[in-house]
Amino acid sequence: MYKNFFRYLISAIFLLGFSVNSNADFKVGFVYVGPTGDHGWTFQHHEGRNAVEAAGIKTTFVESVPEGADAERVIRQLAQSGHDLIFTTSFGYMDPTNKVAKDFPNVKFEHATGYKREHSNVSTYSARFYEGRTLLGHIAGKMTKTNTIGYIASFPIPEVIRGINAMTLAAQKVNPNIKTKIVWVFTWYDPGKEAEAAQALIDQGADVIMQHTDSTAPVQTAEKAGVWSFGQASDMQRFAPKSILTSIIDDWAPYYVERAIAARDGTWKQQDTWHGLKEGMVAMGPYNSAMGADLVKEVEQLQKDLASGKVHSFTGPIYDQKGNILVAEGKVADDGMLAGMSVYVKGVEGDIPK
Amino acid sequence: MIKIEKRNDVPMALYFFTPFIAIILTILGGGIIFYILGFNPIEALKFYFITPISNLYGFSELLLKATPLCLIAIGLSFCFKSNNWNIGAEGQLTFGAIVGGGVALLFYNQEGFYILPLVILAGAIGGMIFALIPAILKTYFNTNEILVSLMLVYVSKLLLDYLVVGPWSNPEGFNFPETRQFSDSSRMPLLFEGLRIHAGIFLALAAVMLSWFILYKTYLGFQIKVSGLSLKTAKYAGFKGKTMILVVFMISGACAGLAGVGEITGPIGQLHRMISPDYGFTAIIVAFLGRLNPFGIIFASLVVALTYLGAETAQIFLQIPKYTGQVFQGMILFFLLASDYLLFFKVKILNLKKNELRH
Repeated sequence: MYKNFFRYLISAIFLLGFSVNSNADFKVGFVYVGPTGDHGWTFQHHEGRNAVEAAGIKTTFVESVPEGADAERVIRQLAQSGHDLIFTTSFGYMDPTNKVAKDFPNVKFEHATGYKREHSNVSTYSARFYEGRTLLGHIAGKMTKTNTIGYIASFPIPEVIRGINAMTLAAQKVNPNIKTKIVWVFTWYDPGKEAEAAQALIDQGADVIMQHTDSTAPVQTAEKAGVWSFGQASDMQRFAPKSILTSIIDDWAPYYVERAIAARDGTWKQQDTWHGLKEGMVAMGPYNSAMGADLVKEVEQLQKDLASGKVHSFTGPIYDQKGNILVAEGKVADDGMLAGMSVYVKGVEGDIPK
Repeated sequence: MIKIEKRNDVPMALYFFTPFIAIILTILGGGIIFYILGFNPIEALKFYFITPISNLYGFSELLLKATPLCLIAIGLSFCFKSNNWNIGAEGQLTFGAIVGGGVALLFYNQEGFYILPLVILAGAIGGMIFALIPAILKTYFNTNEILVSLMLVYVSKLLLDYLVVGPWSNPEGFNFPETRQFSDSSRMPLLFEGLRIHAGIFLALAAVMLSWFILYKTYLGFQIKVSGLSLKTAKYAGFKGKTMILVVFMISGACAGLAGVGEITGPIGQLHRMISPDYGFTAIIVAFLGRLNPFGIIFASLVVALTYLGAETAQIFLQIPKYTGQVFQGMILFFLLASDYLLFFKVKILNLKKNELRH
């Protein structure tokens, strides 16, 4: 009997949540994994939120939400307190997002970088960061004197391996002797570890450093050591003005504004978005004049060609480390292959940690 | 000139009352901070301390959050009462979760009523073993348990990192650093449908009862308390110090291990790198706020759990930075220590004449 009583009580609480939704103004909630001032991943999502706000839509955010047991409560509280659309901006929110979505069918959910869309009110979105890596590879291949590129990697997930491969392929195209050295730091954000990794790579002869982590420590280490570097996630030029050649910028703003307006106007539909240079979700920071006018011109042309689809980051022939063919000559890798990428291409040193 | 004197007669009632003074001062201090930040302090405090628990769901989340804090703090009270400074509960929690999670993965996709008890037991034993390391090093090699237990936190966290990235990572999980979701047979049963509060809360309550019994009704409890008050007396009375140190660390580690296993078989449901937002460290505040008393710890764990929930609610409704939660936890500890100081010591301001200084 008590069990039933609680069941009614709980549904009453959830219904209360719904009624708030339909009455109150349209509101969008954001859940961030880091602080808004990380100058990388979360910073850019926050910029996206600012754009939604500037479009005249009310927003709320919760920062530094651990990807553990707390995430579900925060997402649920946003849903309960009248938010109509909720962006959960880190991979670790995948299961909690889907769980809360089940209980709030009238609230729309957008989960970044995940692959689970268990309910019709959950969309996923990510960016084709690897297109930016292709440009970085082209620049790095031309700029390196030691033919060694240092790469600080976070976790051996397909997204990170895709970036390493795209960069290496592009660098090989302009400089066949190129080698990619990788240090795995197993963190997304740890300035101390990232700086150590950068120094280790520089000590091993790398004169171009890039990273798939969020802090500004690698570019600052590169600036001090006098080697080239690239900004990641946001324009990091001001942290290492001499060293940074360009930055890969995650520009979520257009997508966030578009989806928020769609949800407000009732045209929101479930989708899996993977946008790149073409749509502007991946953008490039200003090119360093130290690259020389010719190289800048080349890279700008390549950027245009990647955006128009004339050039694809993964165009055959592509071989793995053992020399087996991955993509045949004249073919390009399809999205399915890119999404599950789990082997290095030829020219990358070392093994993927298992 | 200021003179500090020890008070000889500290009333017991006042001793248990000062935590409330600390909480009230924290709330006042919080109000002032909110005011300086430009928020209406009354409204901010309402969103902080009342809104999070104004419905059944919120209250259940409070209990969910308080459960691991209470469990760990109960364990720590044994150590702290006997002058053993176990600072590494976070590591014991992590190692307990690793061992318990390992058993849960071993029984992946199997049915059986015995699986969950085995997982829980494994978690407790894991925490216990991990706490024995600083205890054995302290008793036989005279090492400092503060340093050893603290450094072991990093060891266990790195071990967890290694396991979820490597050998235990989900084979279908695209190399993301997490294990499979545990099967239902190794998940804590939920108490109410739709809420996350789970059977782990009974473990915490059992720990409270048991610790009260041990501390106040057994010879071991007597030894612990005497050792805490005066090590010399304990030695003179012929208590076996080494055994007691091992036992209190084992109890403490087992409780932290249970907290870890409760989190992974409860709300999380798998192993990954973020199984605890530093519960093991926050529980130190809980233990002291609860005066190392089992029932005081229940109360203290609820108060500290509320500072977590309040920080989230305050950010959602007023966009107050979430880090104020940590400020509140810090203020509670600060005011508690400060009022304790004034409780145990008299501060006299003396007006001395020049010639009196010569003495």
